[in-house]
Amino acid sequence: MNEPAMPKMQWQPARVVDIRVETARAKTFRLALAEAAPHRAGQHYVVRLTAPDGYTASRSYSVASPPDGSNEFEITVERLDDGEVSTFLHDEVVMGDELEVRGPIGGWFVWDGDTPALLVGGGSGVVPLMAMLRLARRTDRADLVRMVVSVRSAGDLYYAHEIAGPETTLVYTRDEPAGSSRPPGRLAPGDIPQPIEPATIAYVCGSPSFAEAATGVLVGIGMDSDRIRVERFGPSG
Amino acid sequence: MATRGFLGRRRSSDPRLPPGQYDVGSRWPVLTAEVTPRIDLAKWTFRIEGLVDRPSTWTWDEIHALPPSTYSGDIHCVTTWSKLGVSFTGVSVDTLLDAAGVAPEATHVLAFSHTPYTTNLPLPDVTHGKAWIVWEFDGKPLELQHGGPARLLVPHLYFWKSAKFIAGLRVLDHDEPGFWEQNGYHDRGDPWLEQRYQGD
Repeated sequence: MNEPAMPKMQWQPARVVDIRVETARAKTFRLALAEAAPHRAGQHYVVRLTAPDGYTASRSYSVASPPDGSNEFEITVERLDDGEVSTFLHDEVVMGDELEVRGPIGGWFVWDGDTPALLVGGGSGVVPLMAMLRLARRTDRADLVRMVVSVRSAGDLYYAHEIAGPETTLVYTRDEPAGSSRPPGRLAPGDIPQPIEPATIAYVCGSPSFAEAATGVLVGIGMDSDRIRVERFGPSG
Repeated sequence: MATRGFLGRRRSSDPRLPPGQYDVGSRWPVLTAEVTPRIDLAKWTFRIEGLVDRPSTWTWDEIHALPPSTYSGDIHCVTTWSKLGVSFTGVSVDTLLDAAGVAPEATHVLAFSHTPYTTNLPLPDVTHGKAWIVWEFDGKPLELQHGGPARLLVPHLYFWKSAKFIAGLRVLDHDEPGFWEQNGYHDRGDPWLEQRYQGD
């Protein structure tokens, strides 16, 4: 079982080539590497900031863009008021800046676009799931994917101009938009598209409390725990 | 390479913080990658198997009858948070391995959980007072979200090595990558050497 030692995954410069506002608290940063580094939908990068005296702060951010063979990828960052890295990215970084990154990382919470997938995201937890939805759409395999996104209100929805579609169910927990037929409330069994094809793997991403509630709903409607993959967000400020 | 405009405002001179880590304070992030299992204490077991003289299984009551042991100190997560000055109580892994009798050719263990989760550790990292099976945090029962009813505790390594919902240790004569280790994370995970990912 002893595998050959893997080379160290190197830090590399990434230039900020686009910044888009997603919500009042979230921005998407498009980063360009010197050369293409193919990622899998669901993987993340570590971003490292270095002060002049050598002090560093690193945080992990999920990739929101689908694998597309290019040397660019996107991360969406929620601004946490006491977050050292997220406040810097939001308040200081401008187009043309260079950041250091390492990745792509992760081999568990990934979807390669060829199996049935149920994507369940809460708030900022939609980011890695968006890479999966975008992959499905760009490869014409949207039939494989069902996505349920839970947000407090319409103003908290990332990728609002892109996310809606036949694959997508939006759940509002606090304020529902005008014309919505569903009263606001937490994710419930009726929000999950059913029946769920037996080969489906569920990808649940969000805060620990959202993940706990969402996995409870999925197990409650009969999904096997072994078919549910979870990514819980820590306070990755 | 300095990042334009970044000065860093969390910097701490606390010698308990390994490189690249920050103090998370009173919070305790939860990053489990699986569905949280509900384990019935009446059916809970902990097992030592593999290269041992006496494969052994303890029930909840049996493991509580062993001499208690407490760790007081710090824990470090690979996602860069550290939690300082915490205390966990349970039983030393030495007590359990001694009861089972480790074979001389053993070099590693694979910790396994009451979920499909696994993690690999060199034997010297779980012996001589370095590892525990714990069920109390700061004097209270370990919460489910933090790995209760009992988790492995190997505080000198990144915290993914401290497997939640621990079910047992398999003693091996080789290294066998576990859940995160198969997914790009380091086989040992020493926070003082920043062994975060394979190749570090």
